[in-house]
Amino acid sequence: MYQIVKKTRLYQDMYSMWIEAPEIAKAVQPGQFIILMTREKGERIPLTVADYDRAKGLIQIVFQVVGKTTDELSSFKEGENLYSFIGPLGRKSEISFWGTVVVVGGGTGIACIHPIARNLKEVGNRVISIIGARTRDLIIMEDELKKVSDELIVTTDDGSYGRKGLVTAALKEKLDQNSAIKRVWAIGPPIMMKVITELTKSYPVDTIVSLNTIMVDGTGMCGSCRVTIGGETKFVCTDGPEFDGQLVDWNEFMNRIYRYKKEEEQSWQHFKNIPKGKCKEN
Amino acid sequence: MAEMITMKERMRREQVAMKEQVPSVRIHNFNEVPLGYSKEEAIYEAQRCLQCKKPSCMRGCPAEIDIPSFIRYIVEEDFGKAYLTILETDALPAVTGRVCPQEEQCQKECVLNKQGKPIAIGRLERFVADWARENDIHGKGSHDGKKELKVAIIGSGPAGLTCAADLIKMGYQVVLFEALHKPGGVLVYGIPEFRLPKAIVEYEVSEIKKLGVEVICNEVIGATKKVEDLKEEFDAIFLANGAGAPRFMNIPGENLNDVYSANEFLTRSNLMKAYLFPEYDTPIKVRKRAATIGAGNVAMDAARTALRLGAEKSYIVYRRSRKEVPARVEEVHHAEEEGIIFHFLTLPVRILGDQKGEVIGMECIKMKLGEPDQSGRRSPIPIDNSNFILEVDMVIDAIGTMANPIIARSAKGVEVNQWGYFKVDEQTKMTTCEGIFAGGDIVRGSATVISAVGDGKIAARSIDTFLSSGKSLRNNIDKNNREK
Repeated sequence: MYQIVKKTRLYQDMYSMWIEAPEIAKAVQPGQFIILMTREKGERIPLTVADYDRAKGLIQIVFQVVGKTTDELSSFKEGENLYSFIGPLGRKSEISFWGTVVVVGGGTGIACIHPIARNLKEVGNRVISIIGARTRDLIIMEDELKKVSDELIVTTDDGSYGRKGLVTAALKEKLDQNSAIKRVWAIGPPIMMKVITELTKSYPVDTIVSLNTIMVDGTGMCGSCRVTIGGETKFVCTDGPEFDGQLVDWNEFMNRIYRYKKEEEQSWQHFKNIPKGKCKEN
Repeated sequence: MAEMITMKERMRREQVAMKEQVPSVRIHNFNEVPLGYSKEEAIYEAQRCLQCKKPSCMRGCPAEIDIPSFIRYIVEEDFGKAYLTILETDALPAVTGRVCPQEEQCQKECVLNKQGKPIAIGRLERFVADWARENDIHGKGSHDGKKELKVAIIGSGPAGLTCAADLIKMGYQVVLFEALHKPGGVLVYGIPEFRLPKAIVEYEVSEIKKLGVEVICNEVIGATKKVEDLKEEFDAIFLANGAGAPRFMNIPGENLNDVYSANEFLTRSNLMKAYLFPEYDTPIKVRKRAATIGAGNVAMDAARTALRLGAEKSYIVYRRSRKEVPARVEEVHHAEEEGIIFHFLTLPVRILGDQKGEVIGMECIKMKLGEPDQSGRRSPIPIDNSNFILEVDMVIDAIGTMANPIIARSAKGVEVNQWGYFKVDEQTKMTTCEGIFAGGDIVRGSATVISAVGDGKIAARSIDTFLSSGKSLRNNIDKNNREK
């Protein structure tokens, strides 16, 4: 079960994996996520579904090595199995005909906006995609996004590819030029989503963000993922993961997602100290 | 075989106490607190049983155990038969022997309870179950697989496991779906190791699997598959997914970093084994002074877990008085022995935090008791100007649960009440959709393991009645074409 059928290294520490999970692939909708465990002693981490192939029964995840679990995950080879893989969790993106929409992706968030962009396009929206990364090699899925976008803008912080600068600058320009834009999706690092939300506040657009909180069960049982949305406590796992960015209590969200920072570092260090080949018990 | 003792001697003897780890030692480990009876102790205690012709103890047992018989077998030193006697009706004897509130059930009904010294039925049950496990005694694999009818059970907690075991013995095909990566439900994620060792749960689940029950983990019914999909594959469905959504106080500061729901705190520690971090990957943060809000069994579990994880002070904050505490007497006793500090008649009104989102205190208000409310307990009333700050740096909300909506959202025709729990017929446990049954906490709200076991048993019988009458959720499918 949950076999890794295809593994691609997208860049240094960024990977794409296609996992065999036919029932999840059958049910999944854009915007939803899965929770996986690498092994029995592992932790449960949520990852937004990057793509899916219903016919082949596959789910694609894209991740960057940022800690112990993603580090270990990156060491899994094609043909190996994950210990646990559940989903699809959360509510699906609200795909409708809005007219003109912008999808903004940063880092691994680029992968997550792809199925959303595709579905938005399929129902007739004019889709403008803006993707950004630190440098050229980190720009992923450019071709895939080109196919489902009416316009694609690429930015890099160092100017090594596309436009130099941040995605926010490109988005601001679009919003200034095009008053027909009704909705913006922003998926990426928390700080990017927060800054985009601040930018769009003064425009007549809805801003949808996908929150990547800490979770345990992911099915509404523990409340680890709770966030304040418009003054009310919501669970990202069952009420989200997508919310109106203008209503998110960003400070609380940022505090909560880093609340195990020290322990996460300790866990990763512990993992690195285990001799290679001895870390997997299954 | 031990000798039968005279009636006079039976009446004279006191209940045999069970040895326990001493508090000063056990607060530093997660090993089980009560150590169980020795063979000699079990026999000595069992000899006290009056072997009533009309045993009142059985009236108090939702698991329908033939209590006098299994106790008689203990006296006869035939522990294997004692085990098989229990196993006939209770698929989880080592579990129920540990976590049942026997003082409210079988032992309350025991005639010797009039003298205040009922037979320690729970301890005897535990002894028998542990003995059987250690001596490799197993129930008969009585599943004959003759019936082609298939039943889906959602949730592998005590209700689901019990229903599965009973149905498989009746000859049905049973598939048990579990959303988490391990079966057992609350027995695995909720109840701590020091009250219910996980190896024991794992063992009893494996015994149920051996009967032929298929257990599928990692499948979130309502997400991966809908209840509607199951209706096409199964002849009947039992919904036993548990209450499973934490309740919060809805006071300011509740989303600060070190505020946990008891569900999260206990799931991290029990299911994910955060107490063994970093050997296990899931972390848990315990600060010096922990406040647990609520005084049920879950609150005791949380406060005692916090202590074991290194809290120097572990408080229980409860808005009513000691008399109204809903936790078992034994749990409160254990908690006090371990140094848990109780703040009765105290209601938190605000959790204070700093810029980084860390808890720096909890503002509370003193309460007094007024007239009895709907639950019959005297309702707490705030005392004006009695606010004070309790110096704590972490908070655990253990004030109960709500219905998890995932399954209800995907089950057409299954009605829920105003709290989101499934409506069922009391006698049959059938929901408003014929062929779909429900039991345990997703019907009752937060209740006990044994009431869930009882629901599982009733549901199994009702499912048998339903299917035996020729009905099925798949009535539109030609019976000859059914896949086995």
